[in-house]
Amino acid sequence: MTIAEPSKVVTPTQQKLLEIWETAPGLYGWLATVDHKTIGIRYLCTAFFFLIIGGVEALAMRVQLAQPDLKVLSPDAYNQLFSMHGTTMMFLYALPMLSGFSNYLWPLLLGSRDMAFPRLNALSYWIYLFAGIFLYISFPLGQAPNAGWFSYVPNANLTYDPGINMDVFALGLIFLGISTVVGSANFIVTLLRCRAPGMSVNRLPILVWGTLTASAANLLAVPAVSLACAMLWLDRRYDTHFFEVTGGGQPLLWQHLFWIFGHPWVYALVLPAMGIVSDALPVFCRRPLVGYTLVAISTVSTMILGFGVWVHHMFATGLPIMSLSFFSAASFVIAIPSAIALFAWIATIWTGKLQFTTPFLFFAGFIMLFVIGGVSGFMTASVALDWQLTDTYFIVAHLHYVLLGINVFPVIGGLHFWFPKMTGRMMDDRLGKWTFWTMFIGFNAAFFPMHITGLMGLPRRVYTYPAAMGVGWLNLISTVGAFIFALGVLLFLINVMKSLRTGAPAGNNPWDAPTLEWSTTSPPPVYNFATIPQVASRHPLWEDRLQEAEERSVIGDAALDGMVLDRGKETIGVSPLDAVPNVVLKMPGDSLLPFILSLGMAVLFFGLLVQIVWLAALSAVCEFVVLALWLAPKPHAPMEKVELYE
Amino acid sequence: MTGRACRCLPAFALAGCSGTPLGYLDATSPVAGPIASLGWGLIAISVGVCIIVAILLAAALWRGRSKGDLEITSGNDRAAIRWIGIGVALSSVFLLGAAVWTLVTVQRIRQPAAANALTIDVTGQEWWWAVKYRSQDPAREFVTANQLVIPVDVPVRLNLMSTDVIHSFWVPKLGGKMDMIPSRTNVTWLQADTIGDFRGQCSEFCGLEHAEMAFNVRVLSKSDYDVWRNLQLMAAPAAAEDAGYKVFMVRCAVCHTIRGTPAGGILGPDLSHFGGRETIASGLMPNTAANLEDWINNTQTLKPGAKMPELHMLAAETSEVTSYLEGLK
Repeated sequence: MTIAEPSKVVTPTQQKLLEIWETAPGLYGWLATVDHKTIGIRYLCTAFFFLIIGGVEALAMRVQLAQPDLKVLSPDAYNQLFSMHGTTMMFLYALPMLSGFSNYLWPLLLGSRDMAFPRLNALSYWIYLFAGIFLYISFPLGQAPNAGWFSYVPNANLTYDPGINMDVFALGLIFLGISTVVGSANFIVTLLRCRAPGMSVNRLPILVWGTLTASAANLLAVPAVSLACAMLWLDRRYDTHFFEVTGGGQPLLWQHLFWIFGHPWVYALVLPAMGIVSDALPVFCRRPLVGYTLVAISTVSTMILGFGVWVHHMFATGLPIMSLSFFSAASFVIAIPSAIALFAWIATIWTGKLQFTTPFLFFAGFIMLFVIGGVSGFMTASVALDWQLTDTYFIVAHLHYVLLGINVFPVIGGLHFWFPKMTGRMMDDRLGKWTFWTMFIGFNAAFFPMHITGLMGLPRRVYTYPAAMGVGWLNLISTVGAFIFALGVLLFLINVMKSLRTGAPAGNNPWDAPTLEWSTTSPPPVYNFATIPQVASRHPLWEDRLQEAEERSVIGDAALDGMVLDRGKETIGVSPLDAVPNVVLKMPGDSLLPFILSLGMAVLFFGLLVQIVWLAALSAVCEFVVLALWLAPKPHAPMEKVELYE
Repeated sequence: MTGRACRCLPAFALAGCSGTPLGYLDATSPVAGPIASLGWGLIAISVGVCIIVAILLAAALWRGRSKGDLEITSGNDRAAIRWIGIGVALSSVFLLGAAVWTLVTVQRIRQPAAANALTIDVTGQEWWWAVKYRSQDPAREFVTANQLVIPVDVPVRLNLMSTDVIHSFWVPKLGGKMDMIPSRTNVTWLQADTIGDFRGQCSEFCGLEHAEMAFNVRVLSKSDYDVWRNLQLMAAPAAAEDAGYKVFMVRCAVCHTIRGTPAGGILGPDLSHFGGRETIASGLMPNTAANLEDWINNTQTLKPGAKMPELHMLAAETSEVTSYLEGLK
């Protein structure tokens, strides 16, 4: 790597780039910004906010379940809470949180100035925000979705759920699905086109592999649930009979559509988080990840296999034994790529020189939770055993080890890791370690006992249980653990608040990490890189020390004679596999259109929800006008071909 | 709240099996037994894997603890990758073994060893169970609710249905779950190997009172079972002058049936021979006169959302109808 110390003086080039890229000040700029870093941080903050909401819902449920036969919550309140807890965590926290990381990090990791479609990026955030609010619109009325995040029909049909509850769910998920699909398409095109020259696919960080894989999966999976929700809503409000038994509909159709989406979705929620660990853990082992290629392949193959196991959510539905056996075997096979990643992480630690920082603790702790969540998944993969395990607390334990262990722990570790880059300040390491131990102990105290209550036969989704089941004391431990875990989250928030004001200045690369985002200032300038970096290896900032090849990446001030692209809002476009630059991309500036389009969509869905036809129709028409404005061609200089680098 | 807990205790004390009423790892019956063995096997593998990984991780952390030198090194990963290969290969062997064991278990429990001797239709509804005993001879068919009484060591074929939403039939000690899906009939079977009471529970979320949708399986010796079955086939004794009978006909008969009387409602559980049942309101409480009075008076407090309305009967009416029902042995 050739990297010069960044000069403190703002060069005329940097000044010029700043003027080109900077978001307009004031409310307009706030609503119109398309800066991927701003959008990324908004994603992170909004997702964290929903994590807290979902967490508070969980605490309320834990109070109700602390002892047998408590009457803290009514059955109806409990059902709404567990439904909203699941919906919030799965849809409004887990994926958006990872989208936040990827939005913030991708262009920085890839050496680009923005995502491929900046306005689409803003659109996906605004839709996510409005859809999140939409899903909570009926909560204050005591009419929140109440048939679980899985919303099985006929229980979710109008006959058995006559309120507005499930309309909010169905329309809310269709609405949110637009955000997910739009975001996924953006990630995929960004990866294919907006990388630094030289960043060929074998040099991508694993986080990028994870998000890419998850995005491709989302494009295939999300339409299934959007379709199912549309059918549910039509069944409810327009008397169609997709699921309605009396009209010849099939309740099992819902389950197939839902889990064809739902299982790949679970992998979409963990693969980018596993990518965070694969990229950030080695930094604290002072060495590259062991088995990069194996881990990248395991990421992709997990996802491919992930599309062939959905029926393991339906082992008790009475499907033919032959097909159950197939899906059971496939569910065992999917453990193999996970084992590859697991052993790669352990080998990296084994052969590394360790720094016990806060992020490292989170990643190392994650490995243990990954294994526990993995082996409980292995048990449920067995069709015969699953006939007993399914719909008991064993599954609750399993899914929380998977989703908290493999999503939340890497996410909190990742937030500690990239906080210096985002804010320019370090987080308090001492408080961070307290956070880790509080969360780790609280988590295991809350969820490990659920394995045992599940094996003792406690069914899921029950608002209470009789004392004679003998699970009261275990549930009490779970409740206490949940509050300890919540305390850990609170400590994290305190650390963020404190470090934002008084954290030590971070400098460009406080962890001495190898990837491109650490070559620019903290926080990065709005244009990310003054000159487009040229990448020659997988670890651009460690090249001199690793001595893997002759070639060196060219980054930072050393590259000032490289591509500056200061004739407008521009970044470089490259060929998909080898990242050979071949076009200068003209990037759009600030725009209110994403905000207006999503606001219009919110009105449209609200109109559909309350069945005000003219409102829905009017907003639909407005949406077309806004879309036309969005797509209207703008006069700008024609695309320029770039001379190939040799 | 504690009151109800206390009243529930005897019902479970009756559940004459070791361990917890819904635990399935100590099951020995022909269906649940092989699953329990499989469960213990997979638990052993899982715990073993966790311990091995924990040791590896701890050793790796201990080994790599910082010695002041934090310079980046690349090192040769060939050995490490070989170890990954060994780890994955070993894991695959256990995965394959678990898959084979699973399929063998499925093969073993999918069909009963002997021909079916008894067929019962169970229909789930919000939030109770209608139970119909089938027979070649229509005169020997009858309906009951919220309880299964079966002979020991006889395979029982279950036709599982639902009239409203999806429920799931589950008696952990006797077998795995099978969903009850409207528009379908799922068939499963179970067989008890010991005499006693076993608790069953709905295990698919089915709305407001999913938590309180349980039932009791009473396993009797073959001779006791024949006695019970013949008793069920008898019509209720004539009791036209009984005060409780009169109250029942006015207040309850619209929804409930008692065979041998004009009461023929089908909205609620069939109450023929109600006095012989173990529980009230789908496993909610043990069947005692005091509990029944409580249930009639405070239905919506004890099981909010249950389809049975509170009729606000006079105290005398309640106790009369209670003693009438409890007398229907």
